[in-house]
Amino acid sequence: MAERVIEIQGLRKSYGELEAVGGVDIHVDRGEVFALLGPNGAGKTTITEILEGYRERSAGTVSVLGHDPAKGEQSLKQRIGIVLQSSGVDPYLTVGETVEMYGGYYPHPRPTDEVIDVVGLTEKRDERVRRLSGGQQRRLDVAIALAGDPELLFLDEPTTGFDPSARRNAWEMVKNLVTLGKTVWLTTHFMDEAQYLADRVAVIAKGVIVAEGPPSSIAGRDHMQTTIRFQPASSAPPPPSIGQSADGDGVFTIRTDDVTRAVHEVTGWALEHGVDLEMLEVTRPSLEDVYLELTGAEEEVP
Amino acid sequence: MIGEVARQFRFTNKAFWRNPAAAFFTFIFPLLFLVIFTALLGNGTSAVYPGGPEIKTSTYYVFSMAAFGLISACYTNIAISVVYAREGGVLKRLRGTPLPARSYLVARVLHATFVGFLLVAITVVFGRIAYQANIPGAKDALLFILTLLVGAGCFAAIGLAVSGLVPNEDAGPPIVNAIILPLLFLSGIFIASDNPPGWVNLVGRIFPVRHLVDAMRASYLGIPFHWSDILVIAIWLVAAVIVASRTFRWEPAR
Repeated sequence: MAERVIEIQGLRKSYGELEAVGGVDIHVDRGEVFALLGPNGAGKTTITEILEGYRERSAGTVSVLGHDPAKGEQSLKQRIGIVLQSSGVDPYLTVGETVEMYGGYYPHPRPTDEVIDVVGLTEKRDERVRRLSGGQQRRLDVAIALAGDPELLFLDEPTTGFDPSARRNAWEMVKNLVTLGKTVWLTTHFMDEAQYLADRVAVIAKGVIVAEGPPSSIAGRDHMQTTIRFQPASSAPPPPSIGQSADGDGVFTIRTDDVTRAVHEVTGWALEHGVDLEMLEVTRPSLEDVYLELTGAEEEVP
Repeated sequence: MIGEVARQFRFTNKAFWRNPAAAFFTFIFPLLFLVIFTALLGNGTSAVYPGGPEIKTSTYYVFSMAAFGLISACYTNIAISVVYAREGGVLKRLRGTPLPARSYLVARVLHATFVGFLLVAITVVFGRIAYQANIPGAKDALLFILTLLVGAGCFAAIGLAVSGLVPNEDAGPPIVNAIILPLLFLSGIFIASDNPPGWVNLVGRIFPVRHLVDAMRASYLGIPFHWSDILVIAIWLVAAVIVASRTFRWEPAR
């Protein structure tokens, strides 16, 4: 059996009357990239900070690398790396000095230049931290978390505020970490991020896990009906057996389990009647569809 | 622990000197005030206290400004920079590393003490060269250094305690200065008063500022030294450590 790196059972956290986390069970195995996906305020950071040792839980058991993080033991801190949602470093030290300083807190630091290279800041090695862009500072956050060569890495919303290309780069960086054999705990509210990076995803809404599984099959995603949309060039309506009704733009939508047959019917009808299809697309339900379905009801504005 | 502290001290020191504005003003204020006060008040001689030895005005202000420098370096610098580090998330990040909290805090206090000692040395040497202030060289060097050490520890501890009371980084400088500035005035640091009202004397006797400057002057000039001065400063040190251990925060308020 795979080694459990994180084991959470019946975790609850209340702030006064408010219950931020309402009974959560999660486990993460060694070498996995696990993503906790959910809207803002769902409890992602609360759970993450309980695992990191910053917050105390109200109930339940939590084990990180065999330790109870609430005890704040150094022997645990030596084995984990933390990228907080927001945190700072001394603006007057250089990138190299900063990584070297943090690495020095750990018993077996990785070589400074190697860490800087992993996050792609080699050219900025001698630049003072205050001169870095926001994206570069975020890379530095990751570099600092890697400096002590941790087994387990916590990334709390690592790409929030990034532009799309910076996000792509950050993803590649996280993929690199996996090849280094790290176990990664990631929180995000981006579906594509969870899909791209995670081996396993848990969707959280209002402090409760509403679905869990690999991104490709979470919440029965692999069993959900596929959507076929098409737009005939002419106004000739297809037979009711194919498309029920068009929307305002003349686009027909079919939901089906039998994709091959449905596509065949649409194209067959079009050929037969000499109708041009201006648009034809076949989409599996995206993680976003699943996510909205799972969390949407919870998010209704009162 | 010693290795950790030394390492942390080194990085703290590096960062300190690279913030030119902060370093410059920390060092320039005591000298600037020394020049201004001596210019305004002349450099005549008068008794330090009734019946005591006569000293030059510049000599009086050299010690006042040296004490002011030590207080700036320890109390003001620590309180404001700790609030910045806390609100900026630097302390929270450190808390997630294996570096023990005490190593970080000890390094920070030692660095402030180091800067404070530098300031005292610069002020004394400057006074001697510029004003021929009658400062022949410490009469009782050990007592003088002991006074500086206890004083630095006391004001650094007060700085840590006050940092916990400051809600956010914008409130840092105003609150930190609002606490120390009146006290500096009431303790005769800026204005020497021959005959202050009773309540001013009382404030001076309760709080550690006047005891610090009196003990510095006495040990350096070889005039009667009162151990009660050191005792009061030490009591404040212990009290501040107790308060700091309760008020100190590692995470930003928001």
